[in-house]
Parts: sequence; C-alpha cells; structure tokens
Amino acid sequence: MLHDHDRIFRNLYGFHDAGLKGAIRRGAWDGTKLFIDKGHDYIIDEVKKSGLRGRGGAGFPTGLKWSFMPKNDPRPSYLVINADESEPGSCKDREILRHDAHLLVEGALLASFAMRAHTAICYVRGEYIREREALQRAVDEAYSANLIGKNNVHGWDFEFVVHHGAGAYICGEETAMLESIEGKKGQPRLKPPFPANVGLWGAPTTINNVESIAVTGEILRRGATWFADLGIPNNTGTKLFQISGHVNKPCVVEEEMGIPLKELIETHCGGVRGGWDNLLAVIPGGSSVRCITAEQATGVTMDFDALGKLGSGLGTAAVIVMDKSTDIIAAIRRLAYFYKHESCGQCTPCREGTGWMWRVLERMERGEAAKSEIDLLWDVTKQVEGHTICALGDAAAWPVQGLIKNFRPVIEARIDDYTKKHSRQAAE
Amino acid sequence: MAVRRLHPEQPAHFAFTAENEAWARARIAKYPEGKQAAAIIPLLWRAQEQAGWLPEPAIRYVTDMLGMAHIRGLEVATFYTMFQLSPVGSKAHVQVCGTTPCMLRGSNDLVDVCKNRIAHHQHELNGDGTLSWEEVECLGNCANAPMVQIGKDTFEDLTPSLLEAVIDGFVRGQPPVPGSQTGRTASCPEGGATTLTDATLYDGSGIGAWKKRFEDAGPPPSVLPLDVATGATPPAAAVTAAAATVAAVAAAAPGAPAAPAIHPAALTAMANAGLVKELNERGGGKALSADELEKMKSSTVLQAPQFLSAAGAAATTSDAKPELLSAPRDGKGDDLGLIWGVAEKLAEKLNGMGIWHFDQIAKWTPANVAWFESQMDGFKGRIDRDKWIEQCQKLASGWRPDGNVGERPKG
Repeated sequence: MLHDHDRIFRNLYGFHDAGLKGAIRRGAWDGTKLFIDKGHDYIIDEVKKSGLRGRGGAGFPTGLKWSFMPKNDPRPSYLVINADESEPGSCKDREILRHDAHLLVEGALLASFAMRAHTAICYVRGEYIREREALQRAVDEAYSANLIGKNNVHGWDFEFVVHHGAGAYICGEETAMLESIEGKKGQPRLKPPFPANVGLWGAPTTINNVESIAVTGEILRRGATWFADLGIPNNTGTKLFQISGHVNKPCVVEEEMGIPLKELIETHCGGVRGGWDNLLAVIPGGSSVRCITAEQATGVTMDFDALGKLGSGLGTAAVIVMDKSTDIIAAIRRLAYFYKHESCGQCTPCREGTGWMWRVLERMERGEAAKSEIDLLWDVTKQVEGHTICALGDAAAWPVQGLIKNFRPVIEARIDDYTKKHSRQAAE
Repeated sequence: MAVRRLHPEQPAHFAFTAENEAWARARIAKYPEGKQAAAIIPLLWRAQEQAGWLPEPAIRYVTDMLGMAHIRGLEVATFYTMFQLSPVGSKAHVQVCGTTPCMLRGSNDLVDVCKNRIAHHQHELNGDGTLSWEEVECLGNCANAPMVQIGKDTFEDLTPSLLEAVIDGFVRGQPPVPGSQTGRTASCPEGGATTLTDATLYDGSGIGAWKKRFEDAGPPPSVLPLDVATGATPPAAAVTAAAATVAAVAAAAPGAPAAPAIHPAALTAMANAGLVKELNERGGGKALSADELEKMKSSTVLQAPQFLSAAGAAATTSDAKPELLSAPRDGKGDDLGLIWGVAEKLAEKLNGMGIWHFDQIAKWTPANVAWFESQMDGFKGRIDRDKWIEQCQKLASGWRPDGNVGERPKG
C-alpha cells in the first residue's frame, strides 16, 4: 500500500484546516518561488519527466500538453482549470476543491507560469456551490498573503478567477467549456484549431483537470523521479480513486496508479457487498467507459493501459461496482438516459442517437424487444461513435457496447421471459 | 438534450437589488474589456437566487446589463439545467440525483418519497407551494450515494426515512446539518480512514524536507530570468548589463541599509529593458518577501516555549539523557506504533536510539524530553503536543487502543 508520506492530498477528508495556515503546514506553498526562479522550461520538463498523464479522463501527458503553448505570442495566454466534475461516478475534484484548494491555487500558479499565462480561470460545475465557496476562500487568502495577484512574492503576475457553470455535463468537454466561459451555450467547437492556438477569446489556452494541476507543486518539490517511481511504467504517480455502488464502504482514496482493482476495493472499501464472488460487473472509469465483468475485474490493475486492453478505460478512476443483485440493463439504461439528457444537441448522430438508444434500452429492460434489435442497437452505437464533434457521442455509445458485449445473454433471457409471458397471455 | 421552455406566467418586471447590482458590477469587472458576456452565467444565477427561480424579465434584465441580444440570454437560460424556468417550492426544491451510482444505492426509493410527499410530477409545486422536486443527473457525490441537493447544500448517504427527516427539517424551517446524514465525514470510508493516519503529515515537520534534493545540486538561482520579470524579451545588449545589476540588487537586498549605487550606464540599459519599474516594485516593500513567508511558515508550526528554553540548557548535559537500552528487555520491545503520532519509521528510529518500551518514555522528565528533541530534526514540541508521556503511562499500564495507530489524546 502507498505510504502516507507519498500521498499528495493530505486533507482529502477535511479532518484538518483547509485554510492557508493548515495548507502551509501540510507542505503547500513551500518553495514555490524556487521553481519559478528555475524558469518556464524547467517546470514543463519536470512534469514531462514525471510521466503525469491528465487526470480528467483521456490521460494525455500533461507536460506535453503544456509544451504546445506558443512561446512568443502577442496574445495573452490562459490556463483553464476543468472543475466541471460531472462524469457519473466521479467525485474527486470536489474533495480537492473543498479540502485542499491551496494545492490547486499553487499548482495553477506554477502551471500558468510554465505556459507563460498570467490568468487562470477555474470552471467549477454549477452544483458545487459550497465547493466553489471553499475555493474562493482559498483564492482570497492567497491574494491577501500576496502569494498571487499583481506584484506577488513569486515575481509572476497571476490572476485566479473562479468561474462556474449551471448544470451542463457537456461543459466538461474542453472547447464547450471555453464557449461556456465566453457566455454561450456549451456546444463543443471543431478541432483544429486546437485551444493551444485558438482557445478562450481566440487566445492560446490550455485546459487541465483539477487533479492534474493540484499535483504539480508536489511533483516539483519531491521531484519527477519520485512521482515516476510510483505506479507502473507509462502510468506513473498517485491517483484519486472514487469507489461507489455496491461496496461495503464507498469512499474516495488516493492510491498508486496500477493498484489491482481487487486490492483497491478490499483494502479501502471493505470489499464488495456480499463478498467478491457476489460481483457482477464494474465500470472502472466513470460512466463513459465500457463495463468489465467480474472475471475481468479479478485480475485487472487500475491503469490506462491494462483497462484499455480490456476495451474499457481508466477515465477518471471512478469505479462503479455492481453486485449480482443489479439489473445491469437498467443500470446502463440509466446511463443512456444521462447521455440523452446531456447531449448538447449540436450533432445529429448524438442528439438523435442518444435518445434512440435510451428508448430501445427502456424496452429491452422490460424484455419488450426482438433479439435482432440487439444487433441493431450495436449498429447504432457504431454509427454514433466517432461521428460527432466531441467525444460525448463516443461516451454515450461505449456503455451500451459494454452491455451488449459482456451481457448479451442477460438481454436475450429478458426478451425470452417477456415473450413467453406474453404469448401465454395471448393464448389464454 | 432536454427541452426546456419558459413558464407561461411571468412577472412583469425584474431588477437586481442594490446589493446584487453592486455584486454584478464587480463580477463583470473580473473579465477582460469587451468580454463582459462571460459573466452571464454568474449573473443569471444571482438573479435566480434573488427571485427564487429565473423569470423571463430577469433574463432580459441581465442580457441588457451585459450588452447582449436577448436571444443569447434565452439560449443560455434554456441550455443550462440549473436555471429553474418555473417557480419552485418556497421552502425547498429537492434535487434527487438519479444517475447510476445513486440508483445502485437506492435513489429510486428517494424519488418515491418525493412523489408521495411532494407532488407526483417533477417541477410541480405541492399544495401550499412550499415544496417541489426534480430528478437530476449525477451531482458528483457518488461516494456518498444516494443523495439530494437542496439549495446550496447536499444531504448524503440517505435512506427514504432519512430523506423524510431532511424534508421535515426544511418544512419546519430548521434544515439539518448538510453532508452525510449517517455521520460520515465527507467521503471518508465508514468507520474510519484507511489512509492518512500518519500524524507527521500534519505537524509541519515535512516543510522544507524536500529541499535536500536541491542542496546537493548547488544553490538555486536567486535571480528571476529576465523574460519572467518583464514578460517580454529585452534587447540583447541590455540583457547583460541589466542582469548584472539585478543580481547585485538581489544579493544586497536583505538587510542592506541603502540601495547599492547603480552605474548610470546600467540604469539606462535597465530603463530600456523596462526593468526599473520592475525593480522598484519588487523592492518597494509591499510584497511579502521570502523571509516573511518563511516566518509565517514557522509560526504555524506550534512551538512549545517551555521546552525551547529547556532544550538549550539541557541538551548539553548528559544528565538529560533518558534511560536507553542496548536491546529490548526479554528480547522483545513494545509496539511503539501504538503511540498516537508515532508511525513505523519513527518507531524504528526510537528503537535505534535505545527506546524499546512504553515505560521508558513514561518516566521522561522535561529535561529528557528536551534532550530527545535535540536529537531529532524538526521535532520541537511534538512530544508535549501529542502527549507522549501521558499516552505511554497509559500504555505501560497495559491499556491498549482500538486501532493499530493509537488513540488521539484528548485536548
């Protein structure tokens, strides 16, 4: 198990003071200036060397992303921090915002400096009202201690704006977030041009997840090697895991990347409800990834590569556990409804396809369908996937694909039951 | 996507209160000139807080304030689902999270409570207009599922009867304490954390520990790179001259009685590079210096003054040395990890020094404590603060704590 001293989020549960004094005592804002004095490229290089992959779901190498920002551009540069945590199953950024916000503010300063940006905008999802207030408190404290702001002690003018949404999952997509900040509907933009060239208000912009930014300070302090030694190759460092659903003790916990899923659940969550043998399926990375079966879950490690090989993904490391009492069709049908509700309506395959998939699953949940419709549903998911501007279409298609791939016999049995029941009724 | 329409009955007029008006102006000022539209979501949200829901005149009012076309405001208001386009319960609007993680833990039962208790349909007011409800998509409290959000707060780890109690509280005008309704702290696993139990994370002893890494590699550069200070690359000729001066000023800065004389040629070069302003600002005394920051840090690490004075005197005398053993008695030492605040590494260290048993620590005098602290790095005051002696007296008497990390001493 990861040693407590190697955990970055030391106030994860809020047992300690979330304010500036408490944060400093836990090691935040320690030596920040030293790294700024070392220059932009030092920070980017260290983050690259650490092997940090973005914690928002896609797992893109953070240092590399930062290096895409132009170096001599007359336009202002922006760092946008994605705190629009809305992926079903995910609840990690919330803990950072309300309990360890100073790590985020410090990381934002370091990341902005590395990318030659003087402004960071943190987009907090609308529902996180108390979390937003907690972040604002941390930002205000940092301003009054002159840690950020104009002529601050670090010698890099830096403004931190706390912005918020009003309930739209799609605004977690990076270009939709930019649209939303600009005061429009959150509808994703076509790429290219990428935000690093044409982003917020047409200026170079990098969008990072809260967790990716908040770990920056500690990576620089302890060193890229420290971070890279944790976890497994290509999946380095620590990660906040969020375990929900049918476990005895759901929780958020920081662990090493590459921890076996079973160990994660048994060490921190008191095991699966009714024991490991009672496990039916796991959605290992938030609603947008395909579910895996109990058999697959038994040996798998929690990292981008191992889960990718199973056709699933690490996503935001939001583990949704389902035991054998679960109606898996209903569970996925509810996710299909989620995507139907959250589609921005811009691209036809997604706007129409998400609703279509949900309606078919509603029928399949009752068994009121023909078996040929399972293939039809599979076919429709393939027509949505990859045919939309942003990845919401893919995200809507994957859970349904996971259901069909892993639990086709369950759907067929449901259809058989329904047919049998209704043919008998018709005969009587 | 959701189809959302304006309510058929709308008030005739909306205006911000003076306080909200001032707040809105300040909010708009946070965004760059010409980009005021960015403030629309925060402003509409404020309008909704004022009116209880978002009436159409409020949308027009806000768009006018931001110099936007009305249709842009309507687009935003109908797109974002937190904007309530029809009136909601005056005492509580219950938002039940119904997405899969909550559903797996019983949110359907919570929906039933709302249907029975409030109104059959979502967004419908109850009889006296005090309550309404809706099923919302994932609210991001999945480790505390199932849950509802009412107003700004979330109520977590619910069962149908707990939700009834929460609603009762709002009806009575005495809302319960937000957060978990079963007594959990945030998303900590029920029954206690499995991680973050090492007390040394929280006593400030870790501050600066990482700096050793840099000491081996030589002192860090103390001068800002030029492009950092100015945000632009100065002319090449000015760079060398200015850099030399910046270094001189920086080196002389702490405790220097007067500013060092700067060669006129260097001053000209700095002026060319725009650095004079920068230097003035940095030396102007307004900014918190690195020293001050250090001071602030050390003040947060609680010091025990009674020991600080004793430490100096006692550390030098050998009388202050507590009883140390070359090996544990009967070949087996006590599990020092049971002392709250002592983890594996520290226990090993104690063993290394010859401390193996609770009773050894239990009889320490203040001089012993001071001696011990002088042997350890960044340890001042911890023994007193964590009440080691008191803990060890208890442990030596045969008492044992529940967990294997000890029991936090009271007070």
